[in-house]
Amino acid sequence: MLFATAVYAENAPETAGHGTEQAGQEKKEGEFDPAELIMEHILDAHEFHFFTLGESEISIPLPVIVYSKERGLAAFSYGNFHHGHEAYNGYKSEEGKIVAVDAEGKIDEAVTLYDFSLTRNVVQMFLALTLLVVLMINVANKYKKGGAKTAPSGFQNAVEPVITFVRDEVAKPNLGHAYNKYMPYLLTVFFFILINNIVGLIPGTANVTGNIAFTVVLGVISFFVIVFSTNKHFWGHIFNPPVPFLVKFILVPVEFIGIFTKPFALIVRLFANMVAGHIIITCFVMLIFIFGAMSQVAGWGFSPVSVAFTVFIYLIEILVAFIQAFIFTNLTAVFIGQSREGAHDDAHH
Amino acid sequence: MELLTPGLGLLVWTLVAFLLVFFILKKFAWKPILETLKERETGIAEAIASAEKIKTEMAALKNENEALLTQAREERAVLIKEAKETANKMVSEAKEKARAEYDRIVADAQSAITQQKNAALTDVKNQVGSLVIEVAEKVLRKELANKAEQEAYIKGLAEVVNMN
Repeated sequence: MLFATAVYAENAPETAGHGTEQAGQEKKEGEFDPAELIMEHILDAHEFHFFTLGESEISIPLPVIVYSKERGLAAFSYGNFHHGHEAYNGYKSEEGKIVAVDAEGKIDEAVTLYDFSLTRNVVQMFLALTLLVVLMINVANKYKKGGAKTAPSGFQNAVEPVITFVRDEVAKPNLGHAYNKYMPYLLTVFFFILINNIVGLIPGTANVTGNIAFTVVLGVISFFVIVFSTNKHFWGHIFNPPVPFLVKFILVPVEFIGIFTKPFALIVRLFANMVAGHIIITCFVMLIFIFGAMSQVAGWGFSPVSVAFTVFIYLIEILVAFIQAFIFTNLTAVFIGQSREGAHDDAHH
Repeated sequence: MELLTPGLGLLVWTLVAFLLVFFILKKFAWKPILETLKERETGIAEAIASAEKIKTEMAALKNENEALLTQAREERAVLIKEAKETANKMVSEAKEKARAEYDRIVADAQSAITQQKNAALTDVKNQVGSLVIEVAEKVLRKELANKAEQEAYIKGLAEVVNMN
């Protein structure tokens, strides 16, 4: 992700310099807008945009896949839009969003478009997950080959404590004897979030875990897992809590909403934490160019401070990548544990 | 706001990716890893338990050994004591026997001495008797011959007897 911002390091002092020379004549094109740049960095896109060299933008266009009832399925490269300047095949990119256009190039409101494009978040997620699967299967093969008698070696040593941590600190305390059943799910959630968090920290990459769609999917999955783990006792507690009759009218809706707020909190927590981290880092980098826009000396002068802060936040973000993966997994395990409580003899001991 | 509206494409792809990764990892990664870990842990637990068992067994064995040793020591002590007692007894018995022999020998000697003394005495008495008779015979013979001489002779004889 820093890659994307490093681009502006090359660009911005120039534009800032131009800005002062031309006294605001080219405000629209060359103007340095930190908020827009940050949002561009945080949000999804149809291309991996690295930097703009003069007139040409250095980026990898990604496949666009759109579906509409009216026009059916269409798949083509985003490069065909020439960075959103041209229409292609009846479609056009409006500020990064694919819209259908009619013959004259105007937006066709009649067509409802479903965008299944492999955006940079999707592609990066696939790459990260391929990495995860390859790593884990390698590790698993080592276990298969070595058996229980040989000591773990290499990457096994890195993965094993994490797996035993998830098992002993997350699954066992919350799920009791049934932990074995949930281990694959919890491990997958943990590593799914972790690998995407970490890959998202590589400069130049997209912000996958800080995208609400990503966290919504994980939250909804954990919602279903929680709901399918429930027992009679859990529902009894929700619809018939052991309180005076009139209090039930207040408590029952609160408890019922609680079923949904739990995964919702998971969704928002992961999203907000990751997006905040990315925003802070880009903000610190942007500060250089904000100062640089005032005067070049201030920009150069502030850059060490900014870099120091960036490095500091960056290190914290690495920590956060682990913490958020752990928190999501742990809370999911806690909620599953709550929904299983009561009926089983393992719950109240 | 675009930041907070989930994109349909990413939603679908994330769901697909998650389910795929879940099933792949569940089958090919988590299952062998968790199984091996469990196996290893039970193996370690068993090893520790058996080590503990062996330790207690060793301790029991050691105790047994010690008990045997103390028993042996006690036996040895008893044996030595008995041997000493026997030796002492033998020595004292020998001493007693020797003393008894000595006493017997002394008693024998004494009795022999007394016997011989008595025999000698009897012999002396017999000789004195015969002497007396002899003297008396001679006196009687002399008396018959000379009265004066007879008296002087008796006197002489009496003197000899007195001197004896």
